[in-house]
Amino acid sequence: MLSAQSLALIDREVAKYPADQKRSAVMGALRIALEERRSTGETPEARCLNQEVIEFVANYLEIPPVAAYEVATFYNMYDMKPVGKYKITVCTNLPCALSGGVNAAEYISGKLGIAIGETSTDGMYTLLEGECMGACGDAPVLLVNNHSMCSFMTPEAIDKKLAELK
Amino acid sequence: MLEIEIDGKKLTVPQGSTVMDAAHSVGTYIPHFCYHKKLSIAANCRMCLVEVEKAPKPLPACATPVTDGMKVHTHSDMAKKAQAGVMEFLLINHPLDCPICDQGGECQLQDLAVGYGNSASRYQEEKRVVVGKDMGPLVSAEEMSRCIHCTRCVRFTEEIGGFQEIGMANRSEFSEILPFLGKTVDSEISGNVIDLCPVGALTSKPFRYSTRAWELSRRKSVSPHDGLGANLIVQVKGNQVMRVLPLENEDINECWIADRDRFSYEGLNSAERLQKPMIKHDGKWHEADWQTALEYVVKGLNGVSRDHGKDAIGVLASPHSTTEELFMVQKLARSFGVNNVDYRLRRSDFRADAAQQGALWLGSSIVELASAKSVLVVGSTQRQEQPLLASRLRQAVKKGSELNVIHVADDALLTKLNAKLIVSPQALVNALAQVLKAVVAIKSGESAIDLAAVTVSADAQRIADSLCGAETASVVLGNVAQHHPAFSELLSLAQEIARLSGARFGVLAEAANSVGAELVGAVPTRGVFGAAVSAGLNAQQMIAEPRKAYVLLNTEVEFDSYNPQAAVAAMKSAETVIALTAFKAEGLLDYADVLLPIAPFSETAGSFVNMEGRLQTFNGVVRPQGEARPAWKVLRVLGNMLGLSGFEYTSVEEVRAEWQGKGEIAPSLNNVLASVSANVQPAASALVRVGEVPLYQADAICRRASSLQATRAAAVPVAHAAQSVLDAAGVQSGAVVVLKQGEGQVRVALEADAALPAGVVRLATAHPTTIVLGGMFDPIEIKQG
Repeated sequence: MLSAQSLALIDREVAKYPADQKRSAVMGALRIALEERRSTGETPEARCLNQEVIEFVANYLEIPPVAAYEVATFYNMYDMKPVGKYKITVCTNLPCALSGGVNAAEYISGKLGIAIGETSTDGMYTLLEGECMGACGDAPVLLVNNHSMCSFMTPEAIDKKLAELK
Repeated sequence: MLEIEIDGKKLTVPQGSTVMDAAHSVGTYIPHFCYHKKLSIAANCRMCLVEVEKAPKPLPACATPVTDGMKVHTHSDMAKKAQAGVMEFLLINHPLDCPICDQGGECQLQDLAVGYGNSASRYQEEKRVVVGKDMGPLVSAEEMSRCIHCTRCVRFTEEIGGFQEIGMANRSEFSEILPFLGKTVDSEISGNVIDLCPVGALTSKPFRYSTRAWELSRRKSVSPHDGLGANLIVQVKGNQVMRVLPLENEDINECWIADRDRFSYEGLNSAERLQKPMIKHDGKWHEADWQTALEYVVKGLNGVSRDHGKDAIGVLASPHSTTEELFMVQKLARSFGVNNVDYRLRRSDFRADAAQQGALWLGSSIVELASAKSVLVVGSTQRQEQPLLASRLRQAVKKGSELNVIHVADDALLTKLNAKLIVSPQALVNALAQVLKAVVAIKSGESAIDLAAVTVSADAQRIADSLCGAETASVVLGNVAQHHPAFSELLSLAQEIARLSGARFGVLAEAANSVGAELVGAVPTRGVFGAAVSAGLNAQQMIAEPRKAYVLLNTEVEFDSYNPQAAVAAMKSAETVIALTAFKAEGLLDYADVLLPIAPFSETAGSFVNMEGRLQTFNGVVRPQGEARPAWKVLRVLGNMLGLSGFEYTSVEEVRAEWQGKGEIAPSLNNVLASVSANVQPAASALVRVGEVPLYQADAICRRASSLQATRAAAVPVAHAAQSVLDAAGVQSGAVVVLKQGEGQVRVALEADAALPAGVVRLATAHPTTIVLGGMFDPIEIKQG
């Protein structure tokens, strides 16, 4: 189900905890599983976590599947719904909003032709609202695919960023 | 010890107690939902907020440890305001559907809302809606909007059930209780979540919408399904058993019951119940009145004894019968001159009979077993045999007990094992001998059994170390060991291990009244409390050397015998088969000649002696259905009609007084054999069957409980074997093969199973699809399908 490379990464996570507490590695393991699916998935459906992957991870860590499912559904950065190739999460909390965060979200929404929470029909982009990313000084900020943080996202900067994300 | 004052009452509590524990110890009630004494502390319902002096905010009583000098107010203004506030929040999303809710009338939320809630809600907005879930045929989770997220069910499956089958997905107001997508809740004790649920979110699927809680009367009873003897509350309406709940008994079932105890009542009301006596004439069944049927029985018994002698009659009784019934049946048989009486239909080794000095039992109390520091369980499919005992051992392991297992399959026990030896049935004796040899070495003792040929494996050494090193230890033999063709040798070895290591030893009684049956002499070699009797044939001999007449008490030989093939053949060859039964069973209709309807445990007074030798009496909770009568009465009248003396009982108490008057239970329990012997060489390596009794085929009642029969545990059995067995037979995993024992053969799928040792095919016995096969642990052949 997962590549040897991902499994090796999961093993690294498991090794961080005592041998009888493999359960502790569940967050890392789910993150790795999601990353593999996002980078290899061809369709929005193939880029998110699904039942089979969660069960696989749970079995790999020898924990009940529902325990892994609880974790996967609790944290919103684990994508449980189909997601575009580029998931753009814009912070709309107060400090960002005061510095143009809402505008940034609206600007992207207009540019991509999708509302917040939607995925473009070509499956390329998903636009989401996010909570504080801990970089209020850099407002407005957005996150691409959970891992890449973009600061000072003025309309120009957004144009430039979107041009990169093709 | 810490001093604490609760609502002005001063008390001292041990270190580590919570405010909730302290309050309970002085009888102060603190409202709560998520707190449960047997589960871990979650403190997520917040209902138990109380005021603690010097604390700025109200604190949850269930999660607040007592500190010295603490002053708690459970009814102060602050506490009341906090509790009312929590109640208002809990009710925000709770639907106001009490009139159509199955929990109505026995709902904790309903009760506490009366005490702590307001008469009207201030909440004007939309309530949340949660779609129902499918948790399987036993637990209904159709109305999950009612859930208040106490997580008792989640914690139960994880902590008591051993495997978390229910979880809480999502977060905040989107939280939902659910089983993993597409899975049902399959735990053998899952029904307890229905009792735990404080609202109507999880309800009993078979029971729901059948009646209201306040229309039911509660009657005490005892579970007739396994050797534990779980205490029950049977709820009755209009002379019908409507549902079964646990009756708390810390020594036996704590506050739980297994699903088998809870849902088997459906069998009591099944359409298969025998309502009238029936007689077979020229191959056709006719209903008869009691007088005619009993006269027919008497004529049959007298006829056979006149033509072939008394020895041509065999009496086979089920150990799920009450003590009084078993006493009566052996008394009737022996008074009539028949010595062939036995309850051990599934036993295949009777060599221990001669050396046996008392009734076989657990060898300790259940509490003592669960508190032993080291336990060795030999040959037990624990989760099927006594589901609650398996759970109890799981709790023991959490508290630091070492659990060791010698078994014929590496079943998931959902707990940590100290050591395990998984061997084929033919090597079981050798495996236990390895432990004995290691124990002999550790204790520098001597054993009467020749162990020269035994090589001690590392795991056997670990088991021996564990048993010898522990302060208290127990060795127990499960059903597989008791049904095993070398039971006497296993018992001998267990006895030797126990003697040398200082452990207790015993057997996990197979049925509700196995120990009772031993005590009242429902065995061919020993009478009531071990009184000397003229020996008769045992169950195996009665089948191997067919009798001319059989009397079956509560028994369907095709399901209850070690070798159903031979048993059915013996029944068919008999001139007459007299069955006292509560059910119009297909098998009985085939081979019996007269069916006498008797009352199951719910319709007769009686008693069971559980595995720890505890006598538990109970009364009938409803009147017998149709013309069914308690078996002791039927046997009494038969005694009269056969012209025997001593059958003048007018009540079941008189019957009980008679057998109790013949001896004491405690001194009659004895597992020690007068002489021990064992052949420790593994037997020749033919392919053998491992045929256990499925969870929901254990007795006549649960076989007919339709909801239990719809569970995954009751699915049509498939055969399992190690990959090496499949390779040797040249079949793929999942392929349909023909399995053959003696003259009988079945077509089943054969699947690879890494949990099985080589040389073994596992296929359940006692199932309608497998009853044509032979012995439970006898050789078996695989043929290409």
